[in-house]
Amino acid sequence: MKTEAESIRTTAWSAGPGCHGGCGVIAFVKDGKLVKIEGDPDHPWNQGRLCARVLAMRQYVQHPKRIRRPLLRKGRRGEGEWEEISWDTAYDLIEERMKRIREEFGPESFIFAMGTGRDIGPWISLLAYSYGSPNVMFALSGNACYSPRIAALETFQGDYCVFDAGQWFEKRYDDPRFVLPRCMIIWGYNIHSTCPDNLFGHWIVDMMKRGTKIIVVDPRLTWFSSRAEVWLRIRPGTDSALAMGLLHVIVNEGLFDKDFLEKWTNGALLIRKDKNVLLREKDLNPYASSQNFCVWDERTKSVAIWDSEKLEFVPSNTVPSISCRVHLRDISGREIECETVWDVFKRRIEEYDPHTVQKITGVPEKEIVRAARYYAKSKPASIHWGVPIDMTPNVTPLCHAIACLWALTGNLDVPGGNVIARFAFDAVAYALPGSEGVIKLKSKEKDLTRIGRDKYGPFQKFIWRCQTDSAFEQIFTEKPYPIKGMWIQACNLLAGIGMDPKKWREALLKLDFVVGVDLFMTPTLMYADIVLPAATFLEKEGIRSWWVPLQCMKRVMRIDDCKSDAEINFELAKRFDPEFKWNSLEELFDDILKPSGIRFSELKERVWVFPPEGHPSHPYLRYEKGLLRKDKKPGFQTPTGKFELYSVLREEWGYEPMPLHEEPPFTPLSRPDLAEEYPLILSTGRRSPVYFHSEHRMIPYLRSIDPDPVVEIHPKTAQKYGIEDGAYVYVENWMGKAKFRARVTPVVPEWMVMATHGWWFPERDPKEPELFGVWESNINLLIPMGQNGKDGLGAPIKHLLCKIYRA
Amino acid sequence: MEGKEIYGMLIDYEYCTGCHTCEVACAQEYDWEEGISGMKVMEIVEKLPNEEYYLVYLPFPTEVCSLCLGRIKKGQEPQCVKHCMAKCLEFGRLEDLMEKMKIKRRTVIFRPR
Repeated sequence: MKTEAESIRTTAWSAGPGCHGGCGVIAFVKDGKLVKIEGDPDHPWNQGRLCARVLAMRQYVQHPKRIRRPLLRKGRRGEGEWEEISWDTAYDLIEERMKRIREEFGPESFIFAMGTGRDIGPWISLLAYSYGSPNVMFALSGNACYSPRIAALETFQGDYCVFDAGQWFEKRYDDPRFVLPRCMIIWGYNIHSTCPDNLFGHWIVDMMKRGTKIIVVDPRLTWFSSRAEVWLRIRPGTDSALAMGLLHVIVNEGLFDKDFLEKWTNGALLIRKDKNVLLREKDLNPYASSQNFCVWDERTKSVAIWDSEKLEFVPSNTVPSISCRVHLRDISGREIECETVWDVFKRRIEEYDPHTVQKITGVPEKEIVRAARYYAKSKPASIHWGVPIDMTPNVTPLCHAIACLWALTGNLDVPGGNVIARFAFDAVAYALPGSEGVIKLKSKEKDLTRIGRDKYGPFQKFIWRCQTDSAFEQIFTEKPYPIKGMWIQACNLLAGIGMDPKKWREALLKLDFVVGVDLFMTPTLMYADIVLPAATFLEKEGIRSWWVPLQCMKRVMRIDDCKSDAEINFELAKRFDPEFKWNSLEELFDDILKPSGIRFSELKERVWVFPPEGHPSHPYLRYEKGLLRKDKKPGFQTPTGKFELYSVLREEWGYEPMPLHEEPPFTPLSRPDLAEEYPLILSTGRRSPVYFHSEHRMIPYLRSIDPDPVVEIHPKTAQKYGIEDGAYVYVENWMGKAKFRARVTPVVPEWMVMATHGWWFPERDPKEPELFGVWESNINLLIPMGQNGKDGLGAPIKHLLCKIYRA
Repeated sequence: MEGKEIYGMLIDYEYCTGCHTCEVACAQEYDWEEGISGMKVMEIVEKLPNEEYYLVYLPFPTEVCSLCLGRIKKGQEPQCVKHCMAKCLEFGRLEDLMEKMKIKRRTVIFRPR
């Protein structure tokens, strides 16, 4: 008799699609094999839809080249000789080697490296922290994906926010609480890749169909820019100047929300002109708090205090002046001149008139004015930003400028605006920017040796990873302590996430012990001593509380000896930590889920759950309702309790406290000398809809759609260099070169080329020197490490210089 | 159920984003070898006056498209329609699709082989 396939409802996240989305799927399994996968029509996230990567899962999960058993290296690193071993042997060997390193050099000498996270974050942290090391590393230069944006918003807004697509509600766009944004600015983001940052790209398409108009900031002609009301074709790396230009128009034309400015920003605080810092109560009274600030009271014509703890003025009936210049006496009796934050802020944006901004960005003056007016006059409106925001050293001031746009136009946490996003039910698995999770280091002291912590402010307050470029450097310098080993989990350092990848290879060779965990053999894992076979989302149990809804993954099948990252790390964590407190993975899940009041067993039944009205992880206008701060007072989780036009933390850390533009390190403006030899702007990382970073090149359905590494070249530029469409070309600069197929197309401007990233060739010889062809078309060979912002964040990944020529 | 000849596919090419979902959805359903699918997506960079361009993706049914009539009989949608990320594909009777086409610009109706 023919048996029916069993259908199981779960969530597609982590290995498989690879992306950061949380699509509901129905997996059809028969005799332990995946026969089909479909989108779950009832799931509010994707509403039945699915991308090419999930639909190709059958080829992925049962792929003949999956790693299926633990492997022990034989011969030299890179020789590709492996012996299959049992899990028990693998665990024993790893335990012994890692404990020896811990005893001899201390736990911090072991780094735990991950790629772009997905569900790896909690489990790699669990392992690192149980071992005792604070050095969890997101292996990208300048930690330049997402963390900088989150940390920036934590700094001046206290919480992260995302565009509103009604994702908080079961009925989505039809929920009466949701309001369709009249306008969206889509800033450095292309629809193809669909699901970055825990969002679903096509939600924007859904809203466009319903009437949302878009403004696009992008140097490339994209699907979005073709359909935009205004397309701001920017020179890469000048986004902060553009944001300041938009603010210039909005402020000077009075298009901002005066009520929000006065009530919810720190615009009325006084800045002392002699030191260019905020005037603190302590400056006037030696016994007062240094965390209280001063305003000018219009009513009494004297100084009043803003108590940052109680979030009230002293005296309470103070009417703070938003704009004034006053002279006061400090404790020593010296006269000091003060101005309000708002006045200084306005003067800063005065420097960015549209004409000046046109000269910096290349965007025509009138388009800047048109975009600013359109955005500010459309209510509600939102901004969606992509990873190019992180991929510039000036990331934090850039985020500050963009955040000021949505705040000053009154679009923060309103329906259809930029809505504050928190972990579902505040259930936090592990330390992410701004939040402490269930999985953490045993004590604050253990964190003191974390690489980059001392050097960079945000790494003491919001970012609990090590600073990647500092860690990279420390592997070679061994200062202040040597790095002896690396745990590499779902992280293809040499092919995808590592800039200057040949040097990363050297770094790996320098280590005493390397463990790799992945689903396929990669160029990176050729340098591991032990490789462990990981599982796709279909083979694992897991939870997801990243924004909303709260979701779970259910195991629907097993592939040989593959285990989930959580299972692998849980077993080893137990061995490293004698006080390990969980008896089973399910117990740990339940612990993480505790704030939701839902146990893992119940979540598995329900698959997804939305936080209810009134919960801090449910919108809107939570700063008014007192739902954001621990003390339940209305306001934001910032040092002043306000949205900070002037960042207190940035001032304390010694960084620029207000937004501004700084020219990136390698552009025709900052390095005209280099531009002579390398006249084209090199931008990288254009997304393919069928790949996620360095993944999926071995999946036939996907590879047949996008078979080759491609560089996009404008027809006029191609003609100038004698390059035809489809020809092989070298892209070269002072760092190195890489080979691509030319795609001659007007989607890129004449002065820029766009190279795809993440290329290696799983079909080629894994052994050195071929190494799956990882040195052939790897654009990261042209990108340096160590070129970060002053706060250790951001890296110039989208705006370098290069030349091109026929291969 | 009537024959295949009365059915077609309405494609709203204003909203196709070129995600290739339709191609892989079809390949999975019919177990096609790579490179074969009942749908293909073309990218067209239209040159317009004044150095302007318009980027269009056009999905169209190929020689192997069966309009998923087997699924239709079971009350399901064609795989490509079901999974389309932009929801820009619609299956139906040609006469019904024609009515829809009258009110939506940038659309095309395909009647496959």
